[in-house]
Amino acid sequence: MEPIKAIEMKGICKTFGSVKANEDVDLTVYNGEVHALLGENGAGKSTLVNMLSGIYRQDCGTVSIYGEEVHFSSPKDPIEMGIGMIHQHFKLVDVMTARQNIALGKSKGLFTRNKQLTKEIRSISDQYGLDVDPDKKVYNMSVGEKQTLEIIKVLYRGAKILILDEPTAVLTPQEIRRLFQIIRTMRDQGCAIVIITHKLGEVMEISDRITVLRKGRTIGTVKTSEVQVPSLIEMMVGKKVDLAIKKEKTDQEKKVLLEVDNLHVINSENKTALSGISFDLHAGEILGVAGVAGSGQKEICETIAGLTRADKGRIFFEGENIIGKTPRDIIRLGIRMGFIPEDRLGMGLVGTMDIVHNLILKDYQNQPGIFLRRGPCEAKARSIVERLDIQTPGIHYPVKKLSGGNIQKVLLGREIDSNPKVLITAYPVRGLDIGASYKIYDLLNEQKKNGVGVLFIGEDLDVLMDLCDRVMVFCMGKVTGIVNPDEVTKEQIGLLMTGGKEGLAHDQI
Amino acid sequence: MTRFNIIKRDDLPKKREWIIRTLAILFSLVSAGLVILALGFDPLEVFPGMVTGALGTEIRLTQTILKAIPLIVTSLGILVAFKMNFWNIGGEGQILMGALAAAYVALNVEGLPKPVMLLLMAAAAMVAGGIWAFIPAFFKARMGVNETIFTLMLNYIAIKFVTYLQYGPWKSPESQGFPKVATFPDNATLPKLFGIHIGWVIALILVVLVYIFINHTKKGFEIRVVGESKETARYAGMNISSVIIVAMLISGGLCGLTGMIQASAVEKTLAASLSGGYGFTAIITAWLARLNAIAVLFVCFAFAILLQGGSYIQISMQIPAAVADMLQGIILFFVLGSEFFIQYKIGIVRKNIPQKEVA
Repeated sequence: MEPIKAIEMKGICKTFGSVKANEDVDLTVYNGEVHALLGENGAGKSTLVNMLSGIYRQDCGTVSIYGEEVHFSSPKDPIEMGIGMIHQHFKLVDVMTARQNIALGKSKGLFTRNKQLTKEIRSISDQYGLDVDPDKKVYNMSVGEKQTLEIIKVLYRGAKILILDEPTAVLTPQEIRRLFQIIRTMRDQGCAIVIITHKLGEVMEISDRITVLRKGRTIGTVKTSEVQVPSLIEMMVGKKVDLAIKKEKTDQEKKVLLEVDNLHVINSENKTALSGISFDLHAGEILGVAGVAGSGQKEICETIAGLTRADKGRIFFEGENIIGKTPRDIIRLGIRMGFIPEDRLGMGLVGTMDIVHNLILKDYQNQPGIFLRRGPCEAKARSIVERLDIQTPGIHYPVKKLSGGNIQKVLLGREIDSNPKVLITAYPVRGLDIGASYKIYDLLNEQKKNGVGVLFIGEDLDVLMDLCDRVMVFCMGKVTGIVNPDEVTKEQIGLLMTGGKEGLAHDQI
Repeated sequence: MTRFNIIKRDDLPKKREWIIRTLAILFSLVSAGLVILALGFDPLEVFPGMVTGALGTEIRLTQTILKAIPLIVTSLGILVAFKMNFWNIGGEGQILMGALAAAYVALNVEGLPKPVMLLLMAAAAMVAGGIWAFIPAFFKARMGVNETIFTLMLNYIAIKFVTYLQYGPWKSPESQGFPKVATFPDNATLPKLFGIHIGWVIALILVVLVYIFINHTKKGFEIRVVGESKETARYAGMNISSVIIVAMLISGGLCGLTGMIQASAVEKTLAASLSGGYGFTAIITAWLARLNAIAVLFVCFAFAILLQGGSYIQISMQIPAAVADMLQGIILFFVLGSEFFIQYKIGIVRKNIPQKEVA
């Protein structure tokens, strides 16, 4: 007997301005399967599921749920049809308890029925093996708990079809394992689950079937058991890609370029962001930083770059203490440090300005006189465009209209162009497609070969372990270990990410 | 079922952009024409009347230019602030404080040759307007105080203060009881060139200066970066507080200069009414000019035609002032509204398959 088709999307098109986000996309998901939606950034995955959750409406094509054609006109409609969407960024009210969050937008009548609700929550939790304390406030929850709560929330609303958008991005390896366990339980109970991700390892582990999208089109749907990772990549990228990240050993003497000593930082919310951070960065190495999102990665970068004030501690750049120096001081003193911030268009570049003016940004402080001199930067812009192979209609084209990979190349190109000795990179491949990511890894390796010390904040543990010479693990603003990736396992790093013991305790929830 | 899709577009060819703008003006004329018709006037008489009223004779053209001058200078001031995403709604107050300072110099300093006197008045006006803009800029830079409300409120303080002076301490003894400040001495009035006071030369020079400042100086670059993203400005080592304060000193200074020009050349005295709403109108013109100094020149002239034409038809055709204001409103509505169609595309989706609606 053919299993029931939970979702059937046929010939879906969606256009934003001149961009065809989806073009003739087909997707069929059966009950009792985990279906992975795979594709590079910009392949149209989010657009597709946003049509399932009623946020967008398709320009053409049909959507059927349980064999019945539907036309969603608001996000309420899919919820009534039993579709639950779990977004990458949780939609929870921090100051409310788990129970209140679940009841939000659902409760009819004037009064909440706490007892009744608790009973219902408990029965759902038992059925799927979820566990959340209904009276715990959201701001006291870990990321994993918040995600569990999100799942309970959609299940309470009667969801039988669950869509998870990049659910593992913020989780530790241990939490990911627990999430996958929950997903499997749900599948066995007959739910249909769509999971969006670009982490191939996870796709192979959890999914039953995979639909690959590329440039807004369906490339194909395959059974996970019948496919290998390299052919999946070929489907995603459209060509064969060598997946090995080169890690070249350099024979440079281990000269210390940057020394961070007992650094303490309190962030704008008056919480301790970094406490007692100490490490060295050597010439000719890539030092990776691993950690759950928000463990102090942003603060360490911005403190070294002079954007955040340190409360205690010292930072030595080639033996000179640079603590308390503003970015202006650093530029004017000619300290050769490059910084690729996490938020490229919000911090590193000016989106509406062209490449030339974005180069001037780091240059103009040292220009004499009151007038802006564009000449030298135009030549520089041309050479960077050529050297890094930036796809742009010209050097006078607003950078925000470039693709993510090309935007990152402009930023990296500018920072490399100043011949830095230390290069700080925060999530340099976030949002980039596979090809562009590898180009960035190559560029970082090239810098390492030239004797630059690179601090690499990453999120994909596989990449961190393949690319970096050493990996430093952050947990809640502390360094819980600096390890050699050749000597440890992913699980061990995962344990350090949760602070060792705490991670174990958390795992037993 | 038919439904609308609103889609942002960023690739509209320049030609289409101008077609949309032209259509907007045509539609506005048609709608305004219908209103005029409904009120019992002949639109085919009123519209040409507005144009000839603004440009028809030398005297009328002079009147139009006289209206364009303060609008241009104030728009330039507003533009500098808006480039930085600083919503300076305080043009009115800055104009009046400028006029006040100029009047103080004009009425209290004696025996100076005309050029020195005028320069001194201009400098005083720019400083006063600058200070009036510096106050909100300081609080914005230091404490993040909302500048929109702050600048707006300072307008009323300036208006009431000037009114107080006009009715009280500065009331001229020779005005026979009228609440009027003494007329400026001859050496404190701007000279004329080609029949119009030299404010027009000042306005033209300022257009060029502001254009160069915004596009070709380091400070102008900093202002644009701060307006775009404060984080990026911080990252690039800019001193954001100082950029905000410098930009606002310039913005307020230009508005203050408008006050001096109006006081010295038009009113020849200080009056609470001399700002004439230019501080607010300049917000519209600066936006319509897309914050481009050169475009300000043309937009302001077009706007002045609208103002002058409006007041002409009141007198020549006995059309009530309210109708003239309505015509301006209708034309503005369409022109500003067309910006929406330039930035967004509206698609009509028709579904021809018979279907069931969900819930």
